[in-house]
Amino acid sequence: MQRSEVFRDPAVVEKLKRKIWAVSRKPVKIMEFCGTHTHAVHRFGIRQLLPPTIEMFSGPGCPVCVTDNSDIDHAIALSRVPSVIVATFGDLLKVPGTKGSLLVSKAEGAEVAVVYSPLDALTLAADNPSCRVVFLGIGFETTAPAVAASIVEAAERGLHNYYVLSMHKLTPPAMRAILDSRELALDAILCPGHVSTVTGWKAWLFLRDFYGIPAAVAGFEPVDILRGIAEIVRQCEGGVPEVANAYPRSVTPEGNGPAKEMMEKVFERGPATWRGLGTIAASGLAIRQEYARFDARRAFSVEVGESAVPDGCHCGEVIRGVMKPSGCPLFKAVCTPAHPVGPCMVSSEGSCAAYYLYG
Amino acid sequence: MSRELIEGLFVRYFANPVLLPLEDASLFRVAQGRVAFTTDGYVVKPLFFPGGDIGRLSVCGTVNDLSMRGAQPLYLSAGFIIEEGFALADLERVVASMAEAAGEAGVSIVCGDTKVVERRAADGLYITTAGVGLVPEGVNVSVQLARPGDAVIVSGTLGDHGVTVLSQRQSLHFKSPLKSDAAPLNGLVRAMLDTSPEVHAMRDPTRGGIATTLSEIASASSVGIEIEEGRMPVSEAVKGACEMLGLDYLYLANEGKLVATVAGPDAEGVLEAMRGTAYGRDAAIIGFVTSDHPGIVTIRNPFGIKRIVEILASDQFPRIC
Amino acid sequence: MCLAVPALITKIDGTMADAELAGNMTTVNVLFTPNVQVGDYVIMHAGYAISVMNSAEAEETFELLEEMAGLDAEE
Repeated sequence: MQRSEVFRDPAVVEKLKRKIWAVSRKPVKIMEFCGTHTHAVHRFGIRQLLPPTIEMFSGPGCPVCVTDNSDIDHAIALSRVPSVIVATFGDLLKVPGTKGSLLVSKAEGAEVAVVYSPLDALTLAADNPSCRVVFLGIGFETTAPAVAASIVEAAERGLHNYYVLSMHKLTPPAMRAILDSRELALDAILCPGHVSTVTGWKAWLFLRDFYGIPAAVAGFEPVDILRGIAEIVRQCEGGVPEVANAYPRSVTPEGNGPAKEMMEKVFERGPATWRGLGTIAASGLAIRQEYARFDARRAFSVEVGESAVPDGCHCGEVIRGVMKPSGCPLFKAVCTPAHPVGPCMVSSEGSCAAYYLYG
Repeated sequence: MSRELIEGLFVRYFANPVLLPLEDASLFRVAQGRVAFTTDGYVVKPLFFPGGDIGRLSVCGTVNDLSMRGAQPLYLSAGFIIEEGFALADLERVVASMAEAAGEAGVSIVCGDTKVVERRAADGLYITTAGVGLVPEGVNVSVQLARPGDAVIVSGTLGDHGVTVLSQRQSLHFKSPLKSDAAPLNGLVRAMLDTSPEVHAMRDPTRGGIATTLSEIASASSVGIEIEEGRMPVSEAVKGACEMLGLDYLYLANEGKLVATVAGPDAEGVLEAMRGTAYGRDAAIIGFVTSDHPGIVTIRNPFGIKRIVEILASDQFPRIC
Repeated sequence: MCLAVPALITKIDGTMADAELAGNMTTVNVLFTPNVQVGDYVIMHAGYAISVMNSAEAEETFELLEEMAGLDAEE
């Protein structure tokens, strides 16, 4: 798609930048809820393109960062069970738990396989009948349907050595928790483009109806992000708050029906513990009774010691947007990508890793 | 696999007067001057991939290490650690490939060793090479010699080898039109040094990619380096693969490329000389050396925003976020 | 958290399809995009297509942006 280069065209970026500068008068605090947005904003230097009236915040949108320490410890404990192969997205490999990480486990002889898709984990299970494959299910509404489908396929194929440790979470409850806490007095939300592809942009109507704040759904190219911000600024400057879809080539009002149905079929909502946010009702996806045999939480009883966050780690506050990475006393001095203390520095989508690259 | 069979292969493919008569040590004379000496181990998986194999990598890697100091590569050694059960036909493929690469580079493999280890102890095959070369008088190339005002030149497209090897991992279901760029660069370096005495620093951006190599030069020379994203030579296929897997080409390995700093006034001349060689056709000036921010490498994006290029703590993994 | 890229569908076989991105080929599961056709662009995430790119919307967006890019050149 050569034409797609237009989404990074410097001339278009410049035009959008000028438009935003021309319109923006009031101070505006915008939070994005998507690790990929955090990464893109930093990679493309979006913050440096915006006028001083606009302040960008990164919310709890990085699935690695919001995974609670106890869940990381659980995954590490599973990796130590003989004949278990832990299959995981690469993102989780280096995240420190209370003691060690999956990468450390791997170095100590545990079978930990990095996969790109839960389908690969299914293949691992099929190819290794004497092993039990546990797939680490992280991610929001974009990823949960794929993991759900893998469980259904495991059932259809009779793969009884495939399990999922579901750590999946839902985005709207996190948004509500952040807005309800009023820690930040946010003015607008930049909604995640690929979560919205699954949920539909109507999933964000509560921002207009309940909180009365502007929102825009944006894609991930620099032009997409700037268009989303431009739309938010337009609304803030005198338009009526609404949910604008600035990513219509992928996002529809209702989203992806088959994907949503698949999630419903396999998962049910339940409480989930989010790093930095505590336990939030109906914010996590647990595997339904019908598919219990694939649920790693039920199938394995592992000893997970007391989970503790390292001394001085402020990932929780960073995830909530109330502390900028540079405000954390450990940032750079102690906590670096080479020696991360918490997940915000490990994940390529974590705020701290993103800030680190800018010095 | 018997000792005789293995030796037979080496004799057939590496035959040269220094190697035969297969003594415990091979003897050769060197002219007076500075001898460059290097060694490396090769453990790449898979062993065979589009554009090359472990054998080609090992010869080119050692030839290139010598070349990065401005040395003319002369003689190589090759040690093989072979897993029991490794197919003789595969070993022959590797040895033939090494002979071809050595022939192209104009070097001889003059001594070697093999050990067979039990199953699962060597991933099939590991190769260690060492190499000697001669640095001509007056040639001084070192990562410590980059100077403010130097142009930073890269010899061609980045990330090809890294993406190729990743695409061979079954788990990624990913097929790329790309080939490894493994190549001997001594001819290219010769052309550069013949054009100008002001080639200051050189290194080949293998493991860790160009980001790591530039950081090493910046640190060793106590200079800053500023590069521009818009000038980096990267193929569409590498860009697409990086987008798909969530990788950054700055950190992907290259096995047939070099990065050099050249005094500003001589840069265009050296660039033109590079583009006239087989492995330098896509050479480009990507930035310059500065006295600002010593030890730090920055990259400017097409929107004019600069950011720091960090060294990665470990290898990149494909990601979903 | 949504690293997903647009890829061109070149072949469909049941729920699996071949997808191409700048010359790179991969496979993608199209279970969630049952109406996808060869020649469509899909957004791929973790091995699954999560949407078929709406060509009318894409076209409109392209035109709008290309106009923005072009206008600057004329200034």
